[in-house]
Amino acid sequence: MMNEVPLAVILAENWNYLVVITLMMSGLFIVISRFNLVKKLVGLSIFQTSVFLFYISVGKVAGGTAPIITGDPDTLYSNPLPHVLILTAIVVGVATTALGLALVLRIHAAFGSIEEDEVLAMKAEDGLPRVRRILEQQGDRLGDRQGQAVVEGEAEK
Amino acid sequence: MSIYAIFNNLPALLVVVPLLLSPITALIPIGRLAWVVALFGSGVSVIVAILLCSLTASGIRITYFMGNWPPPWGIEFVVDSATSLTVMAMTTLAFLATLFADRALSAEIAAKDVGKAYSAWLLACGGLYGLVMTADAFNLFVFLEISALASVILIALGAGRDRRALIAAYNYLVIGAVGATFYVIGVGFIYAVTGSLNMADLADRIPDVEARSIVFIGFGFMVVGMLVKAAVFPVHIWLPAAYSYAPSAVSTLLAAIATKAAIYVLARIVFTIFGGVPEVTALALEWVVVPLSIAGIFVGTIMAIYERDLKKMLAFSSIAQIGYITLGIGIATSAGIAAGFIHIGNHALIKGGLFMAVGGIFLATGSRVSVMSMTGIGRKMPLTATAFLICGFSLIGLPLTAGFISKLYLVRALLDNDNLVIVGLVLASSALSVMYLWKIVEVMWVRPAPVDALEINERPALYIPLWIIAIANIWLGLDASWLVGAAEAAAASLLGAGG
Repeated sequence: MMNEVPLAVILAENWNYLVVITLMMSGLFIVISRFNLVKKLVGLSIFQTSVFLFYISVGKVAGGTAPIITGDPDTLYSNPLPHVLILTAIVVGVATTALGLALVLRIHAAFGSIEEDEVLAMKAEDGLPRVRRILEQQGDRLGDRQGQAVVEGEAEK
Repeated sequence: MSIYAIFNNLPALLVVVPLLLSPITALIPIGRLAWVVALFGSGVSVIVAILLCSLTASGIRITYFMGNWPPPWGIEFVVDSATSLTVMAMTTLAFLATLFADRALSAEIAAKDVGKAYSAWLLACGGLYGLVMTADAFNLFVFLEISALASVILIALGAGRDRRALIAAYNYLVIGAVGATFYVIGVGFIYAVTGSLNMADLADRIPDVEARSIVFIGFGFMVVGMLVKAAVFPVHIWLPAAYSYAPSAVSTLLAAIATKAAIYVLARIVFTIFGGVPEVTALALEWVVVPLSIAGIFVGTIMAIYERDLKKMLAFSSIAQIGYITLGIGIATSAGIAAGFIHIGNHALIKGGLFMAVGGIFLATGSRVSVMSMTGIGRKMPLTATAFLICGFSLIGLPLTAGFISKLYLVRALLDNDNLVIVGLVLASSALSVMYLWKIVEVMWVRPAPVDALEINERPALYIPLWIIAIANIWLGLDASWLVGAAEAAAASLLGAGG
């Protein structure tokens, strides 16, 4: 039965799922590929929104109306549960975005940039001075194991 | 209201108490007072967990209907022997971490933030307890995000000392949110074909679903989401930075309880929700979970050998230890799952103790603890260093420590299955873990302290919880009958629930 319907028709009838897939993949791609921390959060939001659309599409009953009791026993209702679930998920999404943006603000204050590659370069430098100092001092006393431990103990401070 | 009312509401109390105390602590301006409230909250949790444990030990499976709505419509909390063992380990370690946090948190973050820090602390604990107890697939996602967002806040608090904590927190937020969203996609697929969200109800309905491919897709998304949260290799990348740049007390709390909850949920998904369709789960366990666990064990151990920063080293070793737990659960025999649960409890003890000891050394010396900065610490801080040593031995799995029991049962479970190659790999990785721990033992005890080293006073407040953990490590190594019995009951109830 299903095999007799052309693929194009199936896709056209379920176009909302195509939208879901497109949004989901573009959102995830943005999260992975962008260096800008705010754009990453935008991607994350798109990714999450696609899931909201997915749930709403699943909950829709063909020909059904909004699930508000009309008094008419013949009324066909859409499934209200996915809507409620997604209401919760939207709240979670808002909280995630808000916390993410707050962190980006703090990162900007601490590093002066919101580009991930620049921030990571600075992050790597944070660990460097210590190593460089140890290497310089080791050059003076190479081979003296006891002295080396003393120097490294000093370099830590 | 009577004593029965409290007993009937035990599962809800475990979540409600921390969540209600959380906004209260946020309003308390005095850090010490906020700590007392947090300690009260985690103390109550321990008592509730002990009561739950004693109830389930007699074979009772506790179910609780939130708001008296019966499942499958309402949200149900289920506490069986697997749940109570996990909750027991988590609440105890959270309580000890809170004891430790008194001095540790106030030393590392600004005084005005301490109250808010305990607020996030309680939120993270309450969220993780709820995550373990809920029997509703979507409610699980909500608890997952409550605990994840609270953990992000706690990690970011490390920024006062080291700005790299901000990046670690941001990465954890983004990766964690992607993982949680994967889980929700999976739940959506399963809901679409079954029309239910209650775990027991799902377990009944999934075997009758004809569209097996959709079940498989849903299962895949849910498992991947949980693997991210549990920091199983190769989706572990958020963990080392998050644990090492967070304040010491936060590292202790998260290392001890956060990933354990996710691993427990993973076991629930595989054995309870999808317990009726073993042909779906067996494939994933055999070809994904077991190989990734073994890879994680080696990658974590080798990264730890080359790491000089102590907190990062411990975080990498966590990835290896998580591998042991998921390996036990991945072989899916009752002995294997029992071994996994034994190690959930033991690893919480071991890693909690190690992070606490490093936190203590950090507070005493005032600088990031690297291998070299521990030179001579064994003589200067003998109590802390000895406790570190005991937990370290337990991590390697030397006899007479808790870690040995974990390895023993894991190897035994693998031998039952004739997985000789994996047995060899597990033993080899244990030998490798000696390498990074011996390095620390050598600098701590063998080398003399630097001539101009600071005078160090050990603080009782720090080593009391630490020594409780160290003694527990030895005690569980000598007499593991309670833990082993509880873990075997847990495995039986997990495998039995799915049929």
